[in-house]
Amino acid sequence: MRRLTKVAAAVMAFSLCFSLCACGSESEKASGASGSTITVGVVNNPPSESGYREANVKDMESVFSKENGYELKAFYSLKNDEQLQAAQGFITEGVDYLLISAAETTGWDEVLQSAKEAGIKVYLFDRKIDVDESLYEAAVVSDMAKEGETAVNWLLDQKLPEYNVIHIQGAMGSDAQIGRTGALDAQFEAGTMKKVVQQTATWDEAEAKKIVESVINSKEKFNVIYAENDGMAKGAVAALDEAGITHGKDGDVVVIGFDCNKWALRELLSGTWNYDGQCSPFQAKIISDLIKSGKEPSSKVIINEEKGFDAKTITQGDIDTYGLGE
Amino acid sequence: MKGKSNRISRNGLGQLTIPVIALTLLVIFNLIRDPGFFSIGITHNNYGNAVLSGNFISIINGASELAILAIGMTLVTAATKGQDISVGAAAAIAGSVFVKVLKAFSSISVGTVIFAFICSCIVAMLFGAFNGTLVSVFKIQPMIATLILYTCGRSIAYWINGGATPTVSSPVISAIGSFAPGIPIPMPVIIVIIVTAIFYLIFHFTSLELLTQAVGINQSAARLNGINTTFIKLLSFVLLGFCVSVSGCIGVSRLGLINHETLLLDVEMDAILAVAIGGNSLGGGKFKISGSILGAYVIQMLTITLYAMKVSSTDVKAYKAVVIVALVVIGSPVVKEHCRKLFQRTKTQSKGGECECRTL
Repeated sequence: MRRLTKVAAAVMAFSLCFSLCACGSESEKASGASGSTITVGVVNNPPSESGYREANVKDMESVFSKENGYELKAFYSLKNDEQLQAAQGFITEGVDYLLISAAETTGWDEVLQSAKEAGIKVYLFDRKIDVDESLYEAAVVSDMAKEGETAVNWLLDQKLPEYNVIHIQGAMGSDAQIGRTGALDAQFEAGTMKKVVQQTATWDEAEAKKIVESVINSKEKFNVIYAENDGMAKGAVAALDEAGITHGKDGDVVVIGFDCNKWALRELLSGTWNYDGQCSPFQAKIISDLIKSGKEPSSKVIINEEKGFDAKTITQGDIDTYGLGE
Repeated sequence: MKGKSNRISRNGLGQLTIPVIALTLLVIFNLIRDPGFFSIGITHNNYGNAVLSGNFISIINGASELAILAIGMTLVTAATKGQDISVGAAAAIAGSVFVKVLKAFSSISVGTVIFAFICSCIVAMLFGAFNGTLVSVFKIQPMIATLILYTCGRSIAYWINGGATPTVSSPVISAIGSFAPGIPIPMPVIIVIIVTAIFYLIFHFTSLELLTQAVGINQSAARLNGINTTFIKLLSFVLLGFCVSVSGCIGVSRLGLINHETLLLDVEMDAILAVAIGGNSLGGGKFKISGSILGAYVIQMLTITLYAMKVSSTDVKAYKAVVIVALVVIGSPVVKEHCRKLFQRTKTQSKGGECECRTL
């Protein structure tokens, strides 16, 4: 998932050189293009960030293709300042549209202001930025809180006699963590579900396994594992397997994951997990439609529709359509 | 008898004082908190094997990768007076190669796993040799040299994985990552024992330990004595590469999944810490592998203790830091020297008292 803060620390000068060089050569090629196509500058996080981002980048590339009448210029970095520079570069080059998924929510005022002055329309995707709404056309985002609510509502629909939940959180402060935690926290407060433990594993599978192991060792009762991404759910399940606790469709423990990786959906299909919430990386189509229609978006925030999959109803078709990665 | 007790009072457990004290304190603390903390039970896992369970097993199992890395890190530290900070990234590469090779086969058997492990070993040792060459031939400081792989290692792993988080599932893989049928002890623990044994055999039958220490203590003197210092340094990195590959493969096997972003994330710092807690000088020279391994278990026990206390995992690192600062300060030369002086003064004072009595 979006564990930008952790990874950001690891990026350093020479990777910057690489990416800038790559960007430079790309723009040289692009400058020869004719004016009839729509030039789109995309500032994104690198596909290596996660399966989500990989799918996101592929989606952008396939929608903003030559066949569809676009000229795509892309820059990938986990670092906000590099992203800012690249965005400024795109503005100087004179792209028609600027699409941004920012590494950080702050520091973008100046760049977006100069984009506005240059008459470049800005769309935000995946992540919002803390700037005045007038500086961008629209933000196409996932509603993480809704993802959490959908999952929690599904859980309530299961009508378990009691809910003793192990809640494994993502990197604290990330959008996905805040959104997916919210709905469950509300249940804890309302007393409909009991919090056995609530810990962050910062998207780390092995850490999730340790957290569940420590609960098992403490011999506390639990019957639900709510992991905020697929990897952590897999880690949790590994701990259950070692302790001989059954899980999934016919098991003692309900397993919930997020992100809809293909392998995770296969776990659902085989009945070892119960539920997987989608976090859709497919925003390019929505933005492309807005650009082509030429109309003002109806709202500044456009929510990307998202699903949740249940082990009882999932099909191979769902996996092929919605699964990320391989 | 007196000589021995004198030696112990003078040196304590020597280098192992700090890790042993730390382990003891942690054990006592946990026993007070929860007398049943270290109780070991037998359960049947979901594959129908009878296996041991409990916090103690969690600790020695969970520390496996760290313990193995700490062994290699100790050697590098001793020989080069510096640390390899790329072990986590290199482990991600090793794990990715492991999975990549496994996925090339239609079915996974013991043979294919061994083949995949050898491939991952070769790759990790090559990367080790790369680091080693930079350090030994080009005389670049280890931390700078390994910073390169630290930075690009996970990207390389990403290329190998093709950007996804590939999964492998096979009874053989889960046997390596958790329990093999018929063996109630976690397999990673057994692998640690095997790796430790390999290193002890190497030290026993070769003069590697002596040569490494000689290079670490005084490189010029070692060279004048005919030791190939370049080779020794290079070798330490290659051996660390082997350790990296083993722990990478364990990490992958535990979950049957390779996530190049999170596999053994930040483990390099824990490995260096394990070496330091083990009483080894990070400035190279003399070393004790056993100290580093104990150090690894101290770190893991600390983590498990904090989890068992339901300390929020956002705070775990802070608590860990406090304990580690204390350990490192106690183990520092200044404090050690101070303690020694204090000890001697009390001793001479009591002796002085005796003398006075006599003269009187």
